[in-house]
Amino acid sequence: MAAEGGLQSPGTKTSSSRTTKVVAGFVRNVLPLALAIGTSGIFLLALGKSPAAFYGAVIQFGLLGTGWQRSIIMLAPLLLYGAGLIVAFRGKLWNLGYEGQYLLGGVLVVGLAPALTQSLPLALAFIILMAIGATVGGAWTFLPAVLKAKFGTNEIITTLMLSFVGIGITNMLIRGPFQNPEVTVPQTAVMPLDTMFPKILGSRIHIGIIIALVVVLILHFVLTRTSFGLRLDVYGASPKSALHVGIDVPRMIVIIFLISGALIGLAASVDMLGLWGTMRANWNPSYGAAILPFVFLARLNILASIPFLAFYAVLATGGALASQDVGLDSHFLLVVVALILVFMSIIEYIGMKRDLGQSYIPPGLRKAFASLLSRKNEGDS
Amino acid sequence: MVSSPPKSISTPILSIRQVTKKFPGVIANDNISLDLHQGKVHCLLGENGAGKSTLISILAGMQQPDQGWIEAAGQRVNIASPRAAMDLGIGVVYQHSTLISTMTVLENLMLGDTGGVTLDIKGAKARLEELGEMLGASIEGSALASDLALGQQQQVEIAKAMWKGSKVLILDEPTSMLTPQAIAQLEESVARLKAQDLSIVFITHKLREAYSMGDEISVLRHGRLVHHISDAVLKKSSEEEIKESVLDAMFGEDKASVGDKAFAEEISAASEAHHLRSTKSFDSEEPVLRLSGISSPDSPTETPVKGFSVDIRPGEIVGVAGIDGHGQKPLAELVAGQRKLTSGKIFFDGEDISSSGVRKRQSLGIRYVTDDRMHEGIVGDLSVAVNLVLKRIGMAPFWRWGRMNKTAVDQEAQHLVSSFDIRTPNLHTRAGTLSGGNIQKLLLARELTHEPRVVIFNKPTYGLDLKTVGRVRTIVRDFAENGGSVLLISTDLDELVELSDRIVLISGGRLSGEVVNDSAKTAERVGELMLGPN
Repeated sequence: MAAEGGLQSPGTKTSSSRTTKVVAGFVRNVLPLALAIGTSGIFLLALGKSPAAFYGAVIQFGLLGTGWQRSIIMLAPLLLYGAGLIVAFRGKLWNLGYEGQYLLGGVLVVGLAPALTQSLPLALAFIILMAIGATVGGAWTFLPAVLKAKFGTNEIITTLMLSFVGIGITNMLIRGPFQNPEVTVPQTAVMPLDTMFPKILGSRIHIGIIIALVVVLILHFVLTRTSFGLRLDVYGASPKSALHVGIDVPRMIVIIFLISGALIGLAASVDMLGLWGTMRANWNPSYGAAILPFVFLARLNILASIPFLAFYAVLATGGALASQDVGLDSHFLLVVVALILVFMSIIEYIGMKRDLGQSYIPPGLRKAFASLLSRKNEGDS
Repeated sequence: MVSSPPKSISTPILSIRQVTKKFPGVIANDNISLDLHQGKVHCLLGENGAGKSTLISILAGMQQPDQGWIEAAGQRVNIASPRAAMDLGIGVVYQHSTLISTMTVLENLMLGDTGGVTLDIKGAKARLEELGEMLGASIEGSALASDLALGQQQQVEIAKAMWKGSKVLILDEPTSMLTPQAIAQLEESVARLKAQDLSIVFITHKLREAYSMGDEISVLRHGRLVHHISDAVLKKSSEEEIKESVLDAMFGEDKASVGDKAFAEEISAASEAHHLRSTKSFDSEEPVLRLSGISSPDSPTETPVKGFSVDIRPGEIVGVAGIDGHGQKPLAELVAGQRKLTSGKIFFDGEDISSSGVRKRQSLGIRYVTDDRMHEGIVGDLSVAVNLVLKRIGMAPFWRWGRMNKTAVDQEAQHLVSSFDIRTPNLHTRAGTLSGGNIQKLLLARELTHEPRVVIFNKPTYGLDLKTVGRVRTIVRDFAENGGSVLLISTDLDELVELSDRIVLISGGRLSGEVVNDSAKTAERVGELMLGPN
């Protein structure tokens, strides 16, 4: 193995033909999905369920009939959410406070929506509400951003802690000022259907998907084609280089965080105004953890994230009903998602070793095998 | 150790047998066999990247050979860890300091002691005295490691390597940052150790040291052992003959491409370094850059700059000498604008630029060629072309309306790649895959275009192959000949003497002396400054 990689630099691999590149991309990005689905099937068999019945139901409820419409409705916030994660992760800033940003943005939108949609023209109210959602989501990253920019405080800790604070405040708002007086359960007032996002051409799909697509496509252009995108990538690759080439690093950190939080807040607004129309206490869709593997499978590329997130939307909408159908807990979906992450890591590791021309087996493991073998040989002789 | 006459020894104390070690993209050691004998100094010569360091790390137990083996006194041994190397009596003095600066000398030496529950301070003191006698140096055990001069630090490093009773002592480029005085002392210590029957491996890229100290010389090139001069041959040959045969071996068929012989000798430091520029007087001219008592913020991990002042005039090269880590990096970054000043002022053309940022200073013509080429200078994942315009992101003509103008960028890149002879498969190759020398050329190309006025070079030739070293020095010299001002930070005294008009010494972040480079004795005078007032 070492001999094969002897005089080949990693760079020469990139110049190989287009087809091998496509195949390599397929292996690295799609194979983990296939393996996870296959392994989950084995788990299903072990649980005494039929994998064919389960996956059949996923397709039936997630794709066929009106299933595809439900999947698209779910996709709208996921696209914005995923873009929010991608912006931060491209800058190697680990914004893990997504849940707090999402819920806090969402609760303010859905809490203020009844008053605003009734007193203002609907279109204007939507714009203001979406702006509120984005602002709140962004604002919730501001403290971690400033701490990171000024003192280099680890953003994983600060965003995560503030996320818990955000979730707490969300629940206080639902039980306090936004409590629906007509019911006893802690939840906000339900938006009348005619004050929510209009539907597209008689389908159930609301206009959120259009808003999401427009926003993420613009963002994709900004990240890949503009000087700002290049600066962000330079900062992500090496903060030292960023400082060296004259990028205002503290400002860059704050901007990345604000965009990331704003997109997640916008995702919440679209979800509230388009689908839910109300929020109950302790409700948490936990999109962030579920889509994390997919934004990495998309190599932090927004355009590439669209099919992956669509796949998840089908899996999630179909899977929720499918698991009821075959008598499984709906948390089984998380098993599938976790397996994707596991297989992705393994395939990445193998791919990296292959590029370096090294052995696929970790040195420690190889040594253990070698010593076992030699012992066996000694015994033979 | 019972001493016996060295001549009678026939079995080598340590033998390297057909050792091969590969890394992705390179064969660092290719079928190398060497013998080390008691009471002999074996010099290992070779350029950067010839495989010397890999060979040492195999002997030190840090790496395992892919093929081949090591024999100690005729017995095949497996050096699986640094501890195994120590147990075999192999001590290594590395190129970079391994002393912990906040600890005393004695504490540093006792770091590897694992004997009892309590530290044996008395025993350690006795051992230090014993070693001090062997080395012919008096080492004060209670001194803080950071308070020692570099030569003394090196003696402590040698003592540390021999602490557990070495039979083989490996010195990795021990003279590269020493003053002439300290080199003389080191030579004396090596001679004493040799007389006590130690086997010494002396790694260097300076031919004159190999000739004056070595009993045997081996030359490595591209991972292969290309030349070996035995004890007997070395004794009866003149320095000229040895030089001839070693240069042939080191450069081989490349000699023609390196240029004339004089150049090859100069870069291999076969002769004493001397100032290669005509001495000029700069006193009458107005300084382009004036540093006036500048200081950098305190840091727990490095020495900050404290009240440093220097003027640089047009066409002048000011060298900054000093032991690595004495505030050189903060100094460079203060001037480049990458750090904030805590006090003092920086003037450019008489104007106060203390509060302007990196970008503003770049546009004024202040450029910084960083020593951290791989992680600060370039972004390895981006293409060569983009790296060449990395400091001009968003500026016309390379960017228009926030979008990159690919034709303009490629044109600029093509021009720079050919005029600085950057060897790259194409403009869109990832910059991180280039060799160290080509990355340095890329950085020079980027910094020396678009009207540079003052350029800070931080260790510009560190770790480069000899051909590129020569080319980089020519570029620095040409820039100054054309009226540019240079702040040249280097730990290579020969380089400073060769290029600078003036050499200032930085020590503990402070300016501690200045030598005008106008006579043959510059290196010695800088050396005296380094040793301090006593």
